[in-house]
Amino acid sequence: MFENNLLTYLIFSPLLGAFILLFFNRTSHNAMRWVALLSTLFTFVLALLLFFRFNSSVAGFQFYQEVSWIETIDVAYRVGVDGISLLLVMLTAFIMPISVLASWSGIKHRVKEYFVFLLLLEVGMIGVFLALDMFLFYIFWEAMLIPMYFIIGVWGGKERIYAAVKFFLFTMVGSLLMLVAIIWIGVYASQTIGHFTADLLVLYDISPTISLTLQSWMFLAFALSFLIKVPIFPLHTWLPDAHVEAPTAGSVILAGVLLKMGTYGLIRFCLPLFPAATYEFMPIISILAVIGIIYGALVAMVQTDVKKLIAYSSVSHLGFIVLGIFALNEEAMQGSIIHMVSHGLSTGALFLLVGMIYERRRTRLIVDFGGIAKVMPVFAAFFLFITLSSIGLPGLNGFVGEFLILLGAFQSQALDSYWYAVFAATGVILAAVYMLWMYQRVMLGELENPDNKKLLDINPREIITLVPIAVFVIWIGIYPATFLDKTEASGQRLLEQVERGRMMHRAAQAEGVSEEDVFGPEQSSYPENRTR
Amino acid sequence: MDFNPTDLLNILPILIVTVTALAILMLEITIKRAEPAVFVFSIAGLLAAMVSAIYLYPIRESAFYEMVNVGGFASFFHVVFIIITILTFLLSRQYIERMGIYHSEYYAMILFSLVGMMLIASSRDLLMLFIGIELMSISFYVLAGFMRGRLTSNESALKYFLLGAFATGFLVYGMALIYGASATTNLPAIAGQLDELFNSTIFWIGVAMLTMGFSFKVASVPFHMWAPDVYEGAPTTITAYMSTAGKAAAFSGFLIVVMYAFAGGTEKLQDLFAILAVCSMVVGNVIAISQHNLKRMLAYSSIAHAGYMLIGFAAASELGMSGVMFYVVAYGFMNIGAFGILSMVEYGENKNLTFDEYKGFASRKPFLAALMAIFMFSLSGIPPFAGFFGKYYIFISAIQEGYTWLAIAGVLASVVGVYYYIRVIVYMYFYDGDVTLEVEPSYIGIAALVISAIAVIQMGILPSTILRLTTGLF
Repeated sequence: MFENNLLTYLIFSPLLGAFILLFFNRTSHNAMRWVALLSTLFTFVLALLLFFRFNSSVAGFQFYQEVSWIETIDVAYRVGVDGISLLLVMLTAFIMPISVLASWSGIKHRVKEYFVFLLLLEVGMIGVFLALDMFLFYIFWEAMLIPMYFIIGVWGGKERIYAAVKFFLFTMVGSLLMLVAIIWIGVYASQTIGHFTADLLVLYDISPTISLTLQSWMFLAFALSFLIKVPIFPLHTWLPDAHVEAPTAGSVILAGVLLKMGTYGLIRFCLPLFPAATYEFMPIISILAVIGIIYGALVAMVQTDVKKLIAYSSVSHLGFIVLGIFALNEEAMQGSIIHMVSHGLSTGALFLLVGMIYERRRTRLIVDFGGIAKVMPVFAAFFLFITLSSIGLPGLNGFVGEFLILLGAFQSQALDSYWYAVFAATGVILAAVYMLWMYQRVMLGELENPDNKKLLDINPREIITLVPIAVFVIWIGIYPATFLDKTEASGQRLLEQVERGRMMHRAAQAEGVSEEDVFGPEQSSYPENRTR
Repeated sequence: MDFNPTDLLNILPILIVTVTALAILMLEITIKRAEPAVFVFSIAGLLAAMVSAIYLYPIRESAFYEMVNVGGFASFFHVVFIIITILTFLLSRQYIERMGIYHSEYYAMILFSLVGMMLIASSRDLLMLFIGIELMSISFYVLAGFMRGRLTSNESALKYFLLGAFATGFLVYGMALIYGASATTNLPAIAGQLDELFNSTIFWIGVAMLTMGFSFKVASVPFHMWAPDVYEGAPTTITAYMSTAGKAAAFSGFLIVVMYAFAGGTEKLQDLFAILAVCSMVVGNVIAISQHNLKRMLAYSSIAHAGYMLIGFAAASELGMSGVMFYVVAYGFMNIGAFGILSMVEYGENKNLTFDEYKGFASRKPFLAALMAIFMFSLSGIPPFAGFFGKYYIFISAIQEGYTWLAIAGVLASVVGVYYYIRVIVYMYFYDGDVTLEVEPSYIGIAALVISAIAVIQMGILPSTILRLTTGLF
């Protein structure tokens, strides 16, 4: 019984915390912080249970649960987990308590609403990773926007309103077109199975037969939504604004989890649903990914604001992940998945560190700092450690993902050219340049600015926030097998599924099923359903 | 022609409302300080009518010699109208007192218009439909001008009356031509000879006229011009009522004629609806962006929402019809909630209605602001609220009938809509300011808002509860 409902408990457990928070007095800030922390820890414990009960040798979905919901259009509450979503759920559940700790002293007004929104956000994020029903997925995907919008808009920096609205509208444009595509393939499926459906697992078997032209449109509608979220060059312009204006925890969640939804969406929906179109668009998306890697790194290099620098470094890192996904081989896919986690940890930690110094100095400009290591040695040590992990030092987490992605991209038969990997590799070098240069300017040198002289080093609470991340940074760096084992079977199955889908597509086309037959003038699958 | 006593039982909800309305007028004459009695009595009457309408739902019959439908479709809409009316009453009580327009005619006129709406939803004959529409419209003209001392209210009433009369002209003319072509005003009889009628030019001219008349009543482009001015000038609670129940009633009549009598009206009519839908969505949403007055903004948004509902007409399938019915209900709850909050914040002559005056609303009135945010998110079609599911369902019907482009136009228009709806939230939550309310909102007013918000959330998460009631209606 517990096993059957585990995913449901996991998704909705934060609601319990949010509900309890509603009954608190608005002034009892500390109590509310503890409730939020305990609630997110409880969710993390559930996620750990899932992790240990997960069977790595099964490639398909586990803990599958289906509850009927809207029968007329075959929408149901369908959730399940495979290796790919498992790691992302773990990441989310892990990042959340850290975000709560990161907001401990930074959030001083409207504390209650803040934590309620944070917990609602967690519901949405975990839901997105576990939903196996298009409708359910879309609900979580969109509903998540609301709390994030408030978190940026109410508790953000100076330009928060602009950033919040831009974030909201960018994401909406993409996702509404995806909504049309979701409905369209549901209608398409009704020609085969006789009724509209939103069941992802059923659609996996049907949608590869869509003709290439229509498949391309569907792919674009989905991919646009995901690529905005990732974000890939040139759709990235919302990201620096949102990152810079969001409060620390907002940035951590944005970088740690929200961006991963884009890449997760590509893996879960775009590739297996539209395999033929995937091959069609692979070159252009890979080129954009490589451009993003280099462009993000170059722009990061010239930033004067540390937070913006890290935001642009995300564009670069996410480029790697997208390239790895579209290399379509096992190494690269594994690398992408592990790099999603790595990036979440490293960049999340960087935002935490920037948040800590910002709380003390109310500035993030590189020129205002210099020689900070002298007054804040512990802080500087953590900063260096995370910086090294972010630039991919062997032995730390960033290296594993980048290495596997580059290796996969180099050998990829799908990409069919090693130049992608060659250009992408320059991104690794550039990362070292902008990160180390930034570290040097902020931490090393003479302590000239008088305001910096009386800075206090980080306190135990802040250390507690950073240590768990540091542990995983080393763990993934030294023994990634713990995590790669979980994803191996699922990753392989996904690639096979894409390949099988392509074969199905070819077979369907060869049978002479032209576009007219598939989607001719008589499009309705319910010709008799008119009134009277 | 013998009189059949069970017919009276079959129109019991309508009878109860009529009797309640007449009794209120009597109460006002006989008792001093009739207000509390009038209020309680009318709520009791409405509840009784609702119960009887629910009781009649399983029946699928006609009464009074094929003049009215009983049960199913009619009952569904009766319940919807009655619930909206109750919410309006709850919201109005404090408002009309504050605005100095307390006369028991206010309640009576609303009830008379309710009778009109109920007749529209039950009509099985063009004549019945016409009577219903007129009864509703004339009551609305009076209600729009209820603030006698106010220029805008008078303007609103006069404009509504003149344009409304014009639209009614089209409606009657259309009915006359259809009668000319088919020699009957009975809707099932018209449906029975559709094959011949589809070849008749006169019939199509009649249909076109009828469509124009209804387009006016539902405020869709290009017959929308009256809506912003009328909505702005009328007392806010009346605007809430007209834009929800009034629109629902007009759509119920439209559905009966198009889906029930014309069987969707073939591709000719479907394409026409598709065009009307796109125009309404685009024009409504784009103009709403530039509004500073929230009441006017919601008026333009109501034009856009008429567009979304017309998509269901373009699809002309059973799914499309369910979609429209769901949307009408969802729109009713979210819009009456939004207008309800406006009516609480507003004071004096159209004061406190612009965006600027909502600055900092969230820190002053966190609960009201949260409710407003829910209504705004629902209106902009963001899950998990009712507005989203309404759109989803209607888009499914459109894509199923091959109108994919219409769904794409719909979602793009929604993006525009999102901008101005979330602007309300930006002003309430992200700016600081000191909006002050003239008086604390009354508990019954807040109760109405809470009911609407719960309905909006409930319909968004468990839409099946409403969807189950929207199939197999005739």
